[in-house]
Amino acid sequence: MDRAQFSQDAENTWRIQPFGKMRVPAILYASPSLIDAMDQKVFEQITNVASLPGIVKAAYAMPDAHWGYGFPIGGVAAFDPDAGGVISAGGVGFDISCGVRTLHTGLKRDQILPVQRRLADTLYTTIPAGLGSTGPLRLNSKEMDAMLQGGARWAVEQGYGRPEDLQYVEEHGCMSGARPEEVSQHAKQRQHDEMGTLGSGNHYLEVQHVAEIFAPDVAGVFGIELGDILISIHCGSRGLGHQIGTEFLKSMAVSAPDYGITLPDRELACAPIRSPLGERYLGAMRAGINCALANRQIITHLARQAVAEVLPNADLHLLYDVSHNTCKVEEHAVDGAPRRLFVHRKGATRAYGPGHPELPAAFRAAGQPVLIGGTMGTESYVLVGTTESEQRSFSSACHGAGRAMSRHQATRQWRGRELVDQLATRGILIRSPSLRGIAEEAPGAYKDVSAVVDASHQAGLARKVARLEPMIVVKG
Amino acid sequence: MLTDTGHWEHFPHEADMGIRGIATSLEEAFAQAAVALTAIVTDPATVQARETITITAADPDRELLFVDFLNALIFEMARRHMLFNRFQVTITSDRLSATAQGETVDVTRHQPAVEIKGATYTALVVRRLEDGRWLAQCVVDV
Repeated sequence: MDRAQFSQDAENTWRIQPFGKMRVPAILYASPSLIDAMDQKVFEQITNVASLPGIVKAAYAMPDAHWGYGFPIGGVAAFDPDAGGVISAGGVGFDISCGVRTLHTGLKRDQILPVQRRLADTLYTTIPAGLGSTGPLRLNSKEMDAMLQGGARWAVEQGYGRPEDLQYVEEHGCMSGARPEEVSQHAKQRQHDEMGTLGSGNHYLEVQHVAEIFAPDVAGVFGIELGDILISIHCGSRGLGHQIGTEFLKSMAVSAPDYGITLPDRELACAPIRSPLGERYLGAMRAGINCALANRQIITHLARQAVAEVLPNADLHLLYDVSHNTCKVEEHAVDGAPRRLFVHRKGATRAYGPGHPELPAAFRAAGQPVLIGGTMGTESYVLVGTTESEQRSFSSACHGAGRAMSRHQATRQWRGRELVDQLATRGILIRSPSLRGIAEEAPGAYKDVSAVVDASHQAGLARKVARLEPMIVVKG
Repeated sequence: MLTDTGHWEHFPHEADMGIRGIATSLEEAFAQAAVALTAIVTDPATVQARETITITAADPDRELLFVDFLNALIFEMARRHMLFNRFQVTITSDRLSATAQGETVDVTRHQPAVEIKGATYTALVVRRLEDGRWLAQCVVDV
């Protein structure tokens, strides 16, 4: 994008003053080079978001912002129900509550190296990945509703994981206010054999080693040391979430005129928070969040089984679990006064700063772990929420690298087999059912995650704690 | 890709993929776009027509009807773990009925690249081109 379209508030902070139908400004956090590389669609989409009814303060774009559906991916916007605020299915996205969960293993890099191949194979055969794969359980309709109500807490009650896992999951593993009865039969049918599956595309399970520590004090609080082995899981609410997104997008697009909402883009479909449709979506979307939390919990259980087979002394416990496609009710200070807002984060991670009451006691003084996934050949990051991000972005930060080129372009540039071999020479073992899928997910097809993380750090959205490099990648 | 009755294409989207069907009739344009949908996942030529299913959709808006058709197909692909490559579409006023022929996913043979989440309203166009042919296209979230 042309930088001349913005006024600059600070280093890495760019502002679009309201024009046309915009009700609030739009603010982008990015380095000059990230701004230059962004599609002009981000400008269009973030200014459209700024025109929605009841939006508070500003529409924000994170450093990894790119062309999304209605909202840019990397978009953050908060709405006040008392000011006619809306909820948008596009502002949450098709993969409701997609997120990252990171586990400690208690192992060091030199313990993995002798068994790396066997561990890769065992994880690959234990964790269902890719199109057509099915999970370890089948839910009848009563169990499905219980899962949609209970989330990761339900999964733990079924024997998938430990009660202590839950304190390290947002919402303590269970999103309240879920209404399983608002989730269609089609959505439930799509999910009946998909619990505990990774999915495909950019979803993965990675075994990573801690390659660099930036903030030793916070790393100490998070229990991370150089050379530690962590396992990260990136996936979401699977077919159920996709179906909820699909169905409500249409309902909201069709009903918008009835609610007096003029949509600048059909994909920006929304409904007033205080409307029957808005409330139905909220209930279904929260059920979708629980589905994603339960899914990552079951995969955690499977990962524990697989690791125990190869390394019986390993003890996998949660570092944290974040969701980056959500709308949540949160209290935020606006002009010094606390307000209860509906915060959409589409491809953005909640990043609560030190002292936030929702953080687990062990992290309260330090701030929330912010888990940023990279690509299979580069790196991932652990960041920590800052006090300033509350004022800057409703406590939000980036979520990942974001694609730099289309899938089609990627398959013309890379071959899956060559990528697997190249990465193996760098000590990264890839396991996936699809070579074409690997080519589409080539590290070079993504933006530089380090540039995105640096911009988040410099803009004060979240602070860098540690850099993780992959050793094993299971991809769908 | 070119056939007597029509053809399909992919068009680029930063994170996802655009699908497009162009044909002499609206129905065939929809059918070609459905082949483009399958081609996001696998080479349609590798799919064998072993089983036939029926899909229906209804909407007075042709563009919304197109997205509903694709989403109904995506639902059947997900629920049945199937891939389809031959389609027959009939549209009467605001109603669509279609048959789709295909088979259960075979990971080794089909090498499925990616799962499809849903068809979207992004770059959604259903219209008649100047040369009289029909165009049906949208971006698909993967």
